[in-house]
Amino acid sequence: MRLGYVLALPAVLVAVWWVASDDSTDVYWPPLRTILETFPDVWTGERLRADVLPSVLRLAGGYTLAAVAGIALGTVIGSHRRVRAVCEPVLEFLRAVPPPVLVPVIMLFAGIGDTMKVVVIAAGCVWPVLLNTVEGVRAVDPVMTETARSYGITGLARLRDLVLPSASPQIFAGLRQALSIGIILMVISEMFAASNGLGFTIVQFQRGFAIPGMWTGILVLGLLGFVLSVLFQLVERRVLGWYHGLRASTRRSR
Amino acid sequence: MLDVRGLKKVYEGSGRRVEAVRDLTFTVGAGELVCLVGPSGCGKTTLLKCMGGLLAPTAGEVLLEGRQVTGPPPGMAFVFQEYGRSLFPWMRVGENVELPLKQKGLSKARRRDLVADALRSVGLADASSAYPWQLSGGMQQRVAIARALAYEPRVLLMDEPFAAVDAQTRADLEDLVRGLWRERGITILFVTHDIDEAVYLGERVVVLSASPTVVQEQLKVDLPPDRDQLHTRVAPRFAELRTHVYEQIQAAKRGVQLGGTPLEAAPMDAPPPLKDGLR
Repeated sequence: MRLGYVLALPAVLVAVWWVASDDSTDVYWPPLRTILETFPDVWTGERLRADVLPSVLRLAGGYTLAAVAGIALGTVIGSHRRVRAVCEPVLEFLRAVPPPVLVPVIMLFAGIGDTMKVVVIAAGCVWPVLLNTVEGVRAVDPVMTETARSYGITGLARLRDLVLPSASPQIFAGLRQALSIGIILMVISEMFAASNGLGFTIVQFQRGFAIPGMWTGILVLGLLGFVLSVLFQLVERRVLGWYHGLRASTRRSR
Repeated sequence: MLDVRGLKKVYEGSGRRVEAVRDLTFTVGAGELVCLVGPSGCGKTTLLKCMGGLLAPTAGEVLLEGRQVTGPPPGMAFVFQEYGRSLFPWMRVGENVELPLKQKGLSKARRRDLVADALRSVGLADASSAYPWQLSGGMQQRVAIARALAYEPRVLLMDEPFAAVDAQTRADLEDLVRGLWRERGITILFVTHDIDEAVYLGERVVVLSASPTVVQEQLKVDLPPDRDQLHTRVAPRFAELRTHVYEQIQAAKRGVQLGGTPLEAAPMDAPPPLKDGLR
């Protein structure tokens, strides 16, 4: 039943697309049937390995880098009022710079290889993680802080058992935003300069007027984003199980 | 055991200067259960935080077993009023109780024993794997008490621990605290704004004045050690004591020091008798 609800709208949308495009002769809007027929020819095992895998690895690299740097820096900035006062204006400025603009700049010093792509992805993803971590760390409940102090919980234990878990709902909100930014930057960086990858392939198809192929690339990107978001949700449910339970119980008691 | 000498705390910030505690001197003997009462906003929490090493006093000092308290001392445990914000919601009940013990560096087996024993003492032996937010308010405060007990403190500071639970739960928890005190011989300093609670629980009641706070009066509670909600609260002596404390609190609110007191035997002008060999 629940699965029915989940699948209903996608099924309707696909059906509408199918019917609406069925007798299309427009070369840019090929029928969905044609696109799906092209799909297995284009996305062979060889291509998955040569184009999808590099893209995913770049995304994983950049995203991990951004997560680690964002959480680490955010914890430092969030825990110290003075550091925060110094950093905040700069952070606001840097956050306001649209990440794709960084691609040409980063190309200048990181070249056009994988390093450039990883750096671009990391540079774009780090902001939501960093800023959310700062907010989360700042918002640790003062009663919990005093509890920890009164029981001598300091240093690393305080970070591990109090600060990071308490900030984790905010950190995850940042990580979620970063994930969609990461996918966008992955594609964009590959469109600028690359010899493989999803973004590169889609541009190649478009330039070679292989329009159905281009559309299949877009479908693959959509599927990739969907799979990553499902994976993210699974991890989040596990790590933040306590938070969802706590929220549900406060809602009930109101 | 616990000496407060000339304690003064002034909060200063943005041009405002608030004298929360003016000059407090009193002692708590080893194994005593002392209740602090005072009108609301009289700096009870400030006092307790200074005693627990969570706040630095402006002047004066707090001594625990003769040593000055400069930070949270290892022999002291704190139970806060806001149980819901004092337990960590991302840890199960057992982990919450165990956390301070890990910090103490106790072995795994020892920790397990202490946690099980503490949870059993507060009547929550089978709640170890629940999350705090799955429990009722009273049960959550029991967990906080268990966490304090497992820490094996010599002094337990309780800051209005039952102010946020309903009346029946409150009566149960009061009996629990008295039971634990008699069983384990911990020194307990219990802060409350509830006069009945102070008289019912305490062996001694320290009445504080309105802010800026000084000690208004110290009163020995000469009720029998065996107390229960049903009989103790209707005993004539209980009524006399609570009336007396009530008058003192009213006087404190008006800012007068009551002269001659109607209770001849009970009030103590001098510091309380010292337990043998301490201090």
